[in-house]
Amino acid sequence: MANYSTNEFKGGLKVMLDGDPCSIVENEFVKPGKGQAFNRVKLRNLMTGRVWERTFKSGESLEGADVLDLDMEYLYNDGEMWYFMKTDGSFEQYPVEKKALGDTEKWLKEQVVYTITLWNDNAISVTPPNFIELEVTETDPGLKGDTAQGGSKPATLSSGAVVRVPLFINEGEVLKVDTRSGEYVSRA
Amino acid sequence: MSVIDWQPTATMATLRERARLLAEVRGFFAARGVLEVETPVLGHGGSTDLHLASLSAAATTPAGRERLWLQTSPEFPMKRLLAAGAGPIFQLARCFRDGEVGRRHNLEFTMLEWYRPGMSLEGLIEETAELVRCVLGRGSGDNPGPLRRRRYRELFREYLAIDPFRVALAELRRLAEDRGGLEMTDASRDDCLDLLISLEIEPHLGRGAIDVVVDYPASQAALARRHRDPEDGEWVASRFELYLEGLELANGYDELTDGEEQAARFAEDNAARRAAGLPEVTVDRRLLAALKHGMPEGSGVALGIDRLIQLALGKESVAEVMAFATPRC
Repeated sequence: MANYSTNEFKGGLKVMLDGDPCSIVENEFVKPGKGQAFNRVKLRNLMTGRVWERTFKSGESLEGADVLDLDMEYLYNDGEMWYFMKTDGSFEQYPVEKKALGDTEKWLKEQVVYTITLWNDNAISVTPPNFIELEVTETDPGLKGDTAQGGSKPATLSSGAVVRVPLFINEGEVLKVDTRSGEYVSRA
Repeated sequence: MSVIDWQPTATMATLRERARLLAEVRGFFAARGVLEVETPVLGHGGSTDLHLASLSAAATTPAGRERLWLQTSPEFPMKRLLAAGAGPIFQLARCFRDGEVGRRHNLEFTMLEWYRPGMSLEGLIEETAELVRCVLGRGSGDNPGPLRRRRYRELFREYLAIDPFRVALAELRRLAEDRGGLEMTDASRDDCLDLLISLEIEPHLGRGAIDVVVDYPASQAALARRHRDPEDGEWVASRFELYLEGLELANGYDELTDGEEQAARFAEDNAARRAAGLPEVTVDRRLLAALKHGMPEGSGVALGIDRLIQLALGKESVAEVMAFATPRC
């Protein structure tokens, strides 16, 4: 991979830092009146999701990271790995470990397309679509007539996620959920 | 298909405000009898400062093919005018500093620089604060608060609990590494101090007051004289920097007028550049000759007018007060 100097650091650039692939979030050029110039850089560690704040002397460089975001459809889980398939018609499959899957495990549904981040061709994270439609598998019986206001209850969805839903929702219904906030949006 | 970003980085309304504020600046100096001058952007000599990267151009002149330097500030030709008897002068000069692009920086920018023969550094601090108030008053109208003098040494004591002149280098490096999250094993004293003031002190300056930092380390004197710190006789630079809203706006000197001392500092700079693997910059021998002839004692200051306009108009970056910032030039 190429090396990138601090003046090439832009939001979204993928670089290696302390052995982990990182995505640059923000890069600020800092220079005291007559002194050495620095770059104050925020980077997201793509392995952990944590944001690091680091200072570099201007002109220093970091090795680029071979990181790629690809759309892939979820296929199945064999008890150990989760399998996704490229949507480019190649039918190429990628196994994903539990660690890389992280919180996305509770939003998995077959045939839905996820964004898989690959580092050196290995999956390191999985991002669900912002909205997903899932069936309610378990919740208290719905309350007739209560369609407008008041109250909520927990409902377990087919993917395993538990969300707060209005009281009128019944088991077997399909709901639209926002995966970023984990909140109920509407009936699908 | 990519869209070509031909449009200005400032709105038309901002550009009109900018023109109005620049007219205020000219009025400020006209009322004080300070002459506006224009000096060349290109010079046979350039800035030797270790931390400024100069651009240069290959030019054809009556002397043949020559390398001319783009100025990092109009200091040298303005000082030659002073030596020639110009009296008080100011300039709104286009300056160039390679690699400096960011929210507060642009590769080329406008410097408001002025010189006051016979005026003390203290007098120039007062005048600089008045200029800042004048421009802010015609912009947002916000009152920046009182003028406060902050000693470099006191700031380090207050924010970092160290004496920047006395602390051991090893401890200074550890502190810089800790606060900056980078390796400073080979860093010089000044590099460590620069990092610490940028990260830990500057953001607090100019909040509710116009902060003027004085008594810099002697090693950071650049083209300023040096004097003894009344506290313990340590040499300090007769230099000030003015801060507002965490932004460094101006850098002023009790000007060095000793040509020999100046020649020695240029040589030191170029030696430091060689040691750091940086290209040497041609020394301005005409400036040295002018100093040898004699430049009146006095003070001078350089103020980043783009930043002051940015603050006066409540903008977030210098790009927003420039017609076309570097990425769109």
